[in-house]
Amino acid sequence: MNPEFLSRLQFALTASFHFIFPPITMGLGILLVWMAWKHVRTGDPVWRQASVFWVKVYGLVFAMGIATGLVQEFAFGMNWSQYSRFVGNVFGSLLAAEGVFAFALEGGFLGLMLFGGDRLGPRMWLLATFLVVFGAHFSALWILMANSWMQTPQGFTTKMTEWGNQAFMTNFGAVVNTPSFLPRLLHTWVASWIIGSALVLSVSAWYLLKNRHREFAKRNFSTAIKVFTVLAILQVVIFGAQMAISVTKNQPEKLASIEGNWTNDSCAPLYIVGWVNESAEKTYAIGVPCLLSFLSYGSFDATVPGIEKFPKDDWAPVNLAFQAYHLMIDLGFLLPLIGVVAWFVWWRRKKERMPRWLLWVCISTVFLAEVATIAGWWTAEVGRQPWVVWKILRTDAAVSPTLTTGQVLLSLITFALLYALLLVLFLFLLDRKIKHGPEAPEEPHGSDLPNTFREVFRSRSQGRASGELELEEEHVPS
Amino acid sequence: MSLADFWFMLFVAVIAAYIVLDGFDLGVGMLHPFAAKEDRERRIVLNSIGPIWDGNEVWLVVGGGVLFAAFPVVYASMFSGFYWALMLVLIALILRTVAIEFRGKRESSRWRGLWDSVFSASSFGLALMLGVAFGNVVTGVPLDKNGEVQIDSLLDLLHPFVLFLGVTTVAMLLMHGAHYLVVKTEGDLQARVQRWVPWFIALFTLTAAISAVWIAMGDYGVTDTFTDDVWTLVFPLGALVAYVLMIAMVRRGRDFAAFFSSSAVLFLSLATISAGLYPNMLKSSTNPANSMTVTNASADHYTLTVMLVVAIIGIPFVLLYTAGVQYLFSGKVKLTPSSY
Repeated sequence: MNPEFLSRLQFALTASFHFIFPPITMGLGILLVWMAWKHVRTGDPVWRQASVFWVKVYGLVFAMGIATGLVQEFAFGMNWSQYSRFVGNVFGSLLAAEGVFAFALEGGFLGLMLFGGDRLGPRMWLLATFLVVFGAHFSALWILMANSWMQTPQGFTTKMTEWGNQAFMTNFGAVVNTPSFLPRLLHTWVASWIIGSALVLSVSAWYLLKNRHREFAKRNFSTAIKVFTVLAILQVVIFGAQMAISVTKNQPEKLASIEGNWTNDSCAPLYIVGWVNESAEKTYAIGVPCLLSFLSYGSFDATVPGIEKFPKDDWAPVNLAFQAYHLMIDLGFLLPLIGVVAWFVWWRRKKERMPRWLLWVCISTVFLAEVATIAGWWTAEVGRQPWVVWKILRTDAAVSPTLTTGQVLLSLITFALLYALLLVLFLFLLDRKIKHGPEAPEEPHGSDLPNTFREVFRSRSQGRASGELELEEEHVPS
Repeated sequence: MSLADFWFMLFVAVIAAYIVLDGFDLGVGMLHPFAAKEDRERRIVLNSIGPIWDGNEVWLVVGGGVLFAAFPVVYASMFSGFYWALMLVLIALILRTVAIEFRGKRESSRWRGLWDSVFSASSFGLALMLGVAFGNVVTGVPLDKNGEVQIDSLLDLLHPFVLFLGVTTVAMLLMHGAHYLVVKTEGDLQARVQRWVPWFIALFTLTAAISAVWIAMGDYGVTDTFTDDVWTLVFPLGALVAYVLMIAMVRRGRDFAAFFSSSAVLFLSLATISAGLYPNMLKSSTNPANSMTVTNASADHYTLTVMLVVAIIGIPFVLLYTAGVQYLFSGKVKLTPSSY
């Protein structure tokens, strides 16, 4: 135990915990925009009912995302001061741009989205929702840009200054568009949409299982199962595959670690499940022969560089990377399978009498998708070790030199306890919200509420003039 | 004026915007248990900041990002050096966020009481720590030649002067939050807070005056700027004018104008301290040669230029919709089904 190891553990904990939430704000967000749009187009109260219900879930998730997200921005300076000093010129500007362009958009309009439901007409509410969701995606774009620069750095030069070795940007275009950026961005966005649709799928499957809110659940299930299945298939055949190709090309060392491929084999197998004995430098696993060679280089007897080809100092913790990666891809193959089966049965049985076991499987999808996504991040970050900036800066040279073991141990324990408490409370409240269910559908809604920019501002100035603004207080639940 | 100077000004402006905007949130949080007598009033107080507090907190995120990008070594030293202070800030920020969100989720009065306490305690803690942080920036910290802050424990950051600045900040935000609540509420609740406003102003006047004298008397080198560059006196003088206006507006019962003046007091006070510190960003209390200044700690020209483009495109939008959203939610708080 030293400050570096504990800081890594702390970052892994706080980043993993944080990343439970942003995918939902993106994925559920997209579906919310869809629901609000359907309500605008059709005026069907079921869409209004669905929007009102999901926006409350969204608010809870978003609060968790904000609360845990700020930790990351602080952590770079707190635990990784040498890293921050080294990369600030390059990496810092991407974080600043994220704050100015994207987070401000989310934060600014979130209030309108959460509280606009009974102040704004459907069109204006759709706009507010769209801006928040757009902001969430835009935010992910900058974060992925910054993280991809750590994976495949370019567009900079290093110089010794009075503060030590520092990286300086030479080409902004190259920094924002590193070779790994686009595949990683799309892979993450699609994973987030899968999680969002899985959440809707899980909750509506649970209502169907318990025979509650049937109309609402059927409508939601129908939408979610299609989105979920199509995206889960695309993730495997296009976005995940592109990701693998990118790693093969840009980070062959990482490919070797995550695949547990030690020797330079032609006809390298693609493992499905296994265990890596790092001291014996051997992988014991079940796999498909020659498939890795084929997927990586398009030929069954292509040679895939093994870990042994690279200096031992530069090896990642192979077993951890292997396990994270295989957890991700195994779940990645399972999810489309679940989707196809559930969709088929849903269609054959005409939305009635879904088998209970299948509903339970559908309920599990949101957990499986979350685990797969976090495992994906572990693959990316553990596979990059021992580098924090690929081939440029080592993780052990990035840690704050002033930290003591005791300090970081205490902060790690604090975070662990705090986050455990938050997770319990979050799940408790989410569970209550889901059990409470959607409110009964309202009558066609919103005709008297401002529905264009002009009406919004007119209603405000009238409200001010008469000192009063609509809305009864009697039937206000909490 | 160099590009680094411009970024220093912009950084100060972003932090000042944060203090003004999240400042009233924190003030409202501190007043919450005293101003509101029953659950409906508590909800009104909470919902006065309900739709906008997260937009306000964005300015802290932007400030952190700007510091990281424009002055990376200051960011690195300050954040690692103030490790436990920032841990406490993070804990308070996390707890405040979830308290706001969790409170209304159950009817139980114990549940609500618990989160009310968390909400106000974390708001108080944050206000105090903001002041303590500024205090340490004013006094300087033990920076070595590698730019590392050499302190052994959190207690090293707590001198009497620094603690007093914390108290001053609490008084300032109580006053600011009270102005805001008067604008946002009506009836008994408003009358109650309105009675307190003069007391908060008096408390702020007293603590701020002592702090100002303490800073000027202490050998912190913050008065040189004003004698070297006389124009910078606009900040303290402006703050004074805003202060006088604030009192005048309170007397005339012009609530919004009083709140607006209070915002100007906060903004210009921070500008005054920052101008005084300039060109230092983080002073070394052990060896002045190790101090980080706007010049030696800034990012290079290329990064600052890229960032300038980002700021020119982005910041007007942020200002525009921040103003738009605040306008939309202006007026007295009305509880609706989607309120907290």
